[in-house]
Amino acid sequence: MSDLAHGAHPQGFAHQFEDIEQQRDAGRLGMWVFLVTEILFFGGMFTSYTIYRALHLESFIQGSHQLVVKYGATNTAVLILSSLTMALAIRAAQTGKKKGTIIFWLILTMILGATFIGIKLRFEWFRDYQEGLIPGVQWFYNGPHAPGVRMFMCFYFFMTGLHAIHMVVGLGLLTVLVVMTARNKFSSEYYTPLEVSGLYWHFVDIVWIFLFPLLYLIGGRYQ
Amino acid sequence: MSDHAEQSGHGGHVVPVSTYLLVFLALMVGTALTTWVAYIDLGRWNTVVALTIAVIKMILVVLFFMHVKYATGLTRVVILAGFFWLGIMITLSCSDELTRTWEIVPQSWLPTTNMIIPMISRLF
Amino acid sequence: MSTAIAEIHETPAESGVNYLNATYGIKSWLLTLDHKRIGLLYLGSITLMFFVGGMAAVMMRLHLVEPQGALFEPETYNKMFSTHGIIMVFFFLVPSIPATLGNFLIPLMIGARDVAFPKLNLLSWYIFITGAALALYATLSGGVDTGWTFYPPYSSLYSHTHVVAVALGVFIAGFSSILTGLNFIVTIHKMRAPGMTWFRLPLFIWAMYATSLIFVLGTPVIAITLFLLGMERILHVGIFDPAVGGDPLLFQHLFWFYSHPAVYIMILPGMGVISELITAFSRKKIFGYAFVAFSSLSIAVISFIVWGHHMFVTGQSIYAGLVFSVLSFLVAIPSAVKVFNWTATLYKGSISYEAPMLYALGFIGLFTIGGLTGLFLAALATDVHLNGTYFIVAHFHYVMVGGAVMAYMGGLHFWWPKITGRLYPDLWARIAAAIIFIGFNLTFFPQFVLGYLGMPRRYAIYPSEFQVLNVMSSAGASILGIGYLIPLIYFIWSMRYGPPAGPNPWGAKGLEWTTQSPPLTENFPTIPIVTEDAYNYPSEGAHV
Repeated sequence: MSDLAHGAHPQGFAHQFEDIEQQRDAGRLGMWVFLVTEILFFGGMFTSYTIYRALHLESFIQGSHQLVVKYGATNTAVLILSSLTMALAIRAAQTGKKKGTIIFWLILTMILGATFIGIKLRFEWFRDYQEGLIPGVQWFYNGPHAPGVRMFMCFYFFMTGLHAIHMVVGLGLLTVLVVMTARNKFSSEYYTPLEVSGLYWHFVDIVWIFLFPLLYLIGGRYQ
Repeated sequence: MSDHAEQSGHGGHVVPVSTYLLVFLALMVGTALTTWVAYIDLGRWNTVVALTIAVIKMILVVLFFMHVKYATGLTRVVILAGFFWLGIMITLSCSDELTRTWEIVPQSWLPTTNMIIPMISRLF
Repeated sequence: MSTAIAEIHETPAESGVNYLNATYGIKSWLLTLDHKRIGLLYLGSITLMFFVGGMAAVMMRLHLVEPQGALFEPETYNKMFSTHGIIMVFFFLVPSIPATLGNFLIPLMIGARDVAFPKLNLLSWYIFITGAALALYATLSGGVDTGWTFYPPYSSLYSHTHVVAVALGVFIAGFSSILTGLNFIVTIHKMRAPGMTWFRLPLFIWAMYATSLIFVLGTPVIAITLFLLGMERILHVGIFDPAVGGDPLLFQHLFWFYSHPAVYIMILPGMGVISELITAFSRKKIFGYAFVAFSSLSIAVISFIVWGHHMFVTGQSIYAGLVFSVLSFLVAIPSAVKVFNWTATLYKGSISYEAPMLYALGFIGLFTIGGLTGLFLAALATDVHLNGTYFIVAHFHYVMVGGAVMAYMGGLHFWWPKITGRLYPDLWARIAAAIIFIGFNLTFFPQFVLGYLGMPRRYAIYPSEFQVLNVMSSAGASILGIGYLIPLIYFIWSMRYGPPAGPNPWGAKGLEWTTQSPPLTENFPTIPIVTEDAYNYPSEGAHV
């Protein structure tokens, strides 16, 4: 139970709760439950991917080889670094650092997130457009296993596309957090929005940690 | 009583910066390893190695960056439930999609090496 | 908080403030954060959707009095049954009890002031009406003819109807479910009053918790499924197209992974209501509390591993069919446990037959029939004969209408005095309940026979030897329709003219009955401390 005097709740306290601890717990549990919904949401795509990869492995290998590993690997590193900076932003709030410190780490996270999207758009999707590898939009691949490669590229765009949308939402969340921090909404007593946004950001990172080998490295690159 | 968290008093557990940096390093090493191994011919094992490293990376992010190492049992149950349900979706869907070509009446009652192992190996 | 102006909700007997009159004006409703008002916002929306879906049903039954069809071209008939299914499933049944009674009652029953995330709660209503408005608009512009199941390749390649728009409406409404489920889970875990341990919770809460698990685990999958269908339809990328290596059955797996648990979303809250009604109107504690509580959780869990029983005849492998058939028998067990426990609760209870109890008793009988006929369908061999026939239609209407809707009606009647502070006329309520019961059975029992005799479902025409049964069914439907209109009239009447209800007109147990009717905005003047088990009625022989 809170050791604050009755009525003296910290800033950000919501009155349906009894005390700030209950509010914190509820916020954390709520975000974890939401992340479970996201596991199932992406999970539908992972299920479809698993089935089609099992049924059309050769096509998927061929399709995977159309992607450029160095961009995927670089983006993986970028996101991992952004998870570090996000964790450090939350730690700064936890340990009562100045708001400037928190904002510094948040903005760094945003820059890394934007870098991820920039690399995707400029070096990967734009190039895919030029090479006619976007099914339903610009498709003129005529190498081996064309129908299966088309199927693979669908999965590539749907999965990385949905992931990118989640990244953009994350960037939006970070922007809101920067503004809230600047307005002194957080303290070492109450930083729940930072914490739960961090959970969301790490989740988006984890999705990419799986997308990288599953999309870029099917069948290895040793041929 | 509502189940309030057992986390220490006010903010929750503070993880040392050194831990974060170590985890970060491990994640980067894992990424480099995954990429490097892809260029080596291990046949079916390429995918196994890549996914194993991915799972380890995920566990590190979940335990340390997402603080689950210091979290309540309820949090862990929630996470496990999510993965378990994903497992149900994949397993039971595959139980149909990957068994379409099985013989209707098998030669023996035991669905042994003839069926299940080839089915699983088709995933890799 | 002003009480200066006498509101229609205020009566001379109690001039107190309550959540209905505490603030005024349209903004105070449209921007409310009070779970009780949000419950009422939902009540209005889903009642509208119920009557829209009901109109489609009336049209269908009128059409089917003639073997060659009395009203429509087959293409239009296809749109009728699709509209009926989509609206009733996604925009009425799935949100019905959770969003109305759940929202209203959960904080009251657990001794909290509101749900964990009141703003998310309001957002979920806005999301719901956005999805519903889009689906309604698409329906009025011509709708879809794919059935509520949207199976490709028809829905992706061949149908010339508004598939994407309607699917988008359903997709959007799904997020409303997810947020509601999330809110309920966190609320029940974190905001119970002191002394309200898990095993002192009313069984309605256990049922709502189990339902919320399904909301959270299942709904995201229908979201991704409809997304893929939309992409397929717009871009023709071939995910479900066998010509390019896709599999139409993949859609069905993903679709039913949600849609089967969805039917348990529809029935579990109803079962929770029945537990409350049976105990209140036999003035006896529930028999086997723990069994009923755990059976709710079991139903939620097992519901996720049986979906393939919808695909026995669509091309699924024999092995998967075997697995799903066995698992489908399992799911009947916890449902049966509940029916046994309710019956045992009734035994030697002090039973009274007010309208809510009539609905509860009707539920037990009709749900049992519906559930047992489900077993016919879980068995692979009989399903081959019965699939695609009116037997299935009868089965699911017995559980969804004879079950879920009756439970919903019973719950509305039971908690109406608490929600509005008014009593409805019980005589009319009982008459309506009887009319609904008779109309329901006349509508749907002949359909079991029709299905067994081989009449296919979703057909606009049928062989003339089936006409008598079809006419019976249509006659029943008109009686059923009247039955549903009567409560609409007296409920609205009661809001202005009904006698004031005290805090506990039924003498029932539960924290919600310890508050005034209607409750305060903050529910309780002080948060209660719970010291007794649920349904702590005096045992038989004790001095009342």
